[in-house]
Amino acid sequence: MLGRMEGPYDVMVVGGGPAGLAAAIGARDAGARRVLVIDREAEAGGILLQCIHSGFGLHYFKQELTGPEYAERFVTEALDHEIDILPNSYVSGIGLDSDGAKRVRILSDHYGLQTKTCRSVVLAMGCRERTRGAIRIPGTRPSGVLTAGLAQKFTNMMGYLPGRRVAILGSGDIGLIMARRLVLEGCEVVGVFELMPYSNGLTRNVVQCLDDFGIPLHLSTTVTEIMGQDRLRGIKVAPVGPGFKPDMSKEHAIDCDTLLLSIGLIPENEMSQSLGIQLDLTTRGPIVSSTLETSLPGVFACGNVLHVHDLVDFVTGEALRAGRHAGEYAMGIRRAQDNIRLVPGDNVRYCVPHSLSTGHEHQIFMRCKEPMKPCEIIIGDIMRKKLSFVVPAEMIMFKIKPDALDQFQGDTLRIDIRPLDR
Amino acid sequence: MGSEIYDVAIVGGGVIGCAIARELSRYDLKVVLLERNAEVGFGTTKTNSGIIHPGHDTPMSTLKGRLVVKGNRMFDQLQKELKFGFERIGAIYWIRDEEDMPRLEALMRLGIEKGVDGLEMWDQSRLSREEPNLSHDLIAALFAPSGGVINPYEFAFALIECAENNGVELRVDSPVTSIDHDAVADGGLLHVHTPGGTVDARYVVNAAGVYADVIAGMVGADDFRIVPRKGEEFMLDKRLHGVVRRLVFPLPTGVTKGTLIIPTYDGTIMVGPTAHDTGDREDVTTSVAGANEIFSYVTKLCPSIHQSDVITAFAGLRAVSSTGDFVIGPTKVKGFINVAGIQSPGLTSAPAIGEYVREILGDEGLRLDEKSDFLAEIAGPPRFAKALPREQEKMVEANPAFGRIVCRCELVTEAEIHDAIDHGARTVDGVKFRCRAGMGRCQGGFCTSRIINILSERLGIPPEAVTKRGGGSWIMTPMSDPSREVAGEGEV
Repeated sequence: MLGRMEGPYDVMVVGGGPAGLAAAIGARDAGARRVLVIDREAEAGGILLQCIHSGFGLHYFKQELTGPEYAERFVTEALDHEIDILPNSYVSGIGLDSDGAKRVRILSDHYGLQTKTCRSVVLAMGCRERTRGAIRIPGTRPSGVLTAGLAQKFTNMMGYLPGRRVAILGSGDIGLIMARRLVLEGCEVVGVFELMPYSNGLTRNVVQCLDDFGIPLHLSTTVTEIMGQDRLRGIKVAPVGPGFKPDMSKEHAIDCDTLLLSIGLIPENEMSQSLGIQLDLTTRGPIVSSTLETSLPGVFACGNVLHVHDLVDFVTGEALRAGRHAGEYAMGIRRAQDNIRLVPGDNVRYCVPHSLSTGHEHQIFMRCKEPMKPCEIIIGDIMRKKLSFVVPAEMIMFKIKPDALDQFQGDTLRIDIRPLDR
Repeated sequence: MGSEIYDVAIVGGGVIGCAIARELSRYDLKVVLLERNAEVGFGTTKTNSGIIHPGHDTPMSTLKGRLVVKGNRMFDQLQKELKFGFERIGAIYWIRDEEDMPRLEALMRLGIEKGVDGLEMWDQSRLSREEPNLSHDLIAALFAPSGGVINPYEFAFALIECAENNGVELRVDSPVTSIDHDAVADGGLLHVHTPGGTVDARYVVNAAGVYADVIAGMVGADDFRIVPRKGEEFMLDKRLHGVVRRLVFPLPTGVTKGTLIIPTYDGTIMVGPTAHDTGDREDVTTSVAGANEIFSYVTKLCPSIHQSDVITAFAGLRAVSSTGDFVIGPTKVKGFINVAGIQSPGLTSAPAIGEYVREILGDEGLRLDEKSDFLAEIAGPPRFAKALPREQEKMVEANPAFGRIVCRCELVTEAEIHDAIDHGARTVDGVKFRCRAGMGRCQGGFCTSRIINILSERLGIPPEAVTKRGGGSWIMTPMSDPSREVAGEGEV
């Protein structure tokens, strides 16, 4: 698999999770001859490898797969596409040549430290979980307080439990999945506590992981103290009032030896920042054009490093497109610059991409700020779309057809979500 | 074990106990250090602000005033020998109001009298040129170039490693439960009891930090009290690297050196500490009030810093003595030496305290014969992230484990984790504080599982026996818990 490590590549992909693998396949499909995927772990597949539950692929394969199965299909497909995958390797820097070529510095135990050049790069580094420090939960610092993803790794990859009596702060999807997983392993899950008045996970996960197992979801509630010297011995929780301020008069203690945190994901853009790539302060991912190209020409982004997705199926679709554009770029094909800026309006937290060009079809991903039902998405004066409901936890997707933009004269397209009168 | 007689037993493996151990290891002595935690430096040392103070602000009439300037000057040589993270980045002491000018000037005069090197008075324009991100309403600052930052835990690890190389015995997980002593006529031995056995020693040095009065009380030598004073600190994201280049102090008050902005040795900005007395020697809790106190102050001083930049918070306890000064010296119990009340500037004073305690032991009758083969230097841990690309290439070539990044946030390789374990790390925190794995913005989210596996392999213990910091701080439990299974079940 590594025989052809010498010589320049057309496209290099940073990260071998679902986004990176699909991007590499997209690049090959677009005609790029030599494509390299660089991954930190011993095996490509990313976080999917620890997601042993099913529910992946319903949109993309019309079939219910586990995470490792979904990953395996893409690894196989990548190898069929004669894509090189370099595992146990770390991109420690990317430099730019004056002719636009990219120099990628790769550290691996097999090849040492070496620099390879390529025409275009796809960033697919994924995201990391927010930690206790980010929300500053007061109290002691015992063991037993960990992110839901780390607990998932303990359970599914190492064959160990993070504890026996578990509380979960935050209702992100990994937290919900782990609530069910740990109950199935014989743990007691005392409850999921969510600061917001609504769940931050998919509705289907609330139903299938909590409701079906009788695990209570306490909305508008937060953890106010962590207790225990060596190991977690309990937490205090309290309902929150206006401004998310805990009502300390209603604070009460709960015995548990484990607290999982599922309080959000942050795109891993430290490398993007070191390259001087412009980031969107809301998504914390790069600002991208309609070809998913960042502010640095020839550097593309997709998957959770661009914005946090709900479903891997959507990551795959986005990454195939990013890879195709990166492949075209490497082959010298350039599309005219975007001429329309996309701007989030009422009840729109963000939209990706950040700009559009006339004459092409566009896939738009966006999220609302707060739940609304029923409602209407209003895209400037070119398009309207009615929805029975929107919630922040579920990404909104729609396509803009090329002909919809034909009549559009302006340079800024604003997207609003407005309530529909019943 | 019981038949061996030690010349000196040191109680407490904080930076002070370790400094004393290393100093004594220069001499032909049999020395043991007893530490209650799983590793040295896990108490106050680990949570220290990590500042080497210039020492101009403590009067010469106090013991700390006399030890701090001497201690400060010892660090350059120590760093060469022991390779811990240390840099003299300089410190500034700012004022906002004209009426504080006389106090700032007095501070400068005191410093000059004490022989603190290189003090300068900066006016407003110089200050805003040197530290442009500080609030522009500061009117002047005293600059002390000898102020520095240090990784205090690395200092403790290096001291004990050097001491062990020179024959000192380290016993971890050894809390002292009681001490009794013979009549002087019987040879005057002290018997230090721990759950793992008793240590018989001619001299006992009590460097037990916030527990020093408890240990002293075991022999009735507790004519002082320790009142732990809690300090909460907040580590900020590396995005703020370079926001200030020097240690930023307000004008010190009698109680505290105030809230600081600390550009740590590794480039992370730390803000804090608070200073509140607590009656609880284990109270290292962080609080909402503490965060509010620090950030309402710091954001006014340096508007680029936001509370949302916090990656982790922690608290430590200063061992403040009822005398207000260090309590160092012999006691009414022959052979029992107190080294107590070592609060700020205790870290700066540590090497000077080591020498001072050695002198006291000599005065008390301990025979001090210098070894001819004392090894002053240790190799120090490898630091892949700080190496130049050319050096990195060579490191990977020599050892492929340098090619495997375990901690992506701080760029720590598997080889460095091996090195940390080979030099005494037994816990996840021990690895973290020795090589920074897990110290970055993801706080171990990605690397903890790999570190557990490496510790398990390297120490030859099952993964579930790996702890966060020893004691009951277990991290994982096996899926089938044998204690839950009915006896005999499964045997058909």
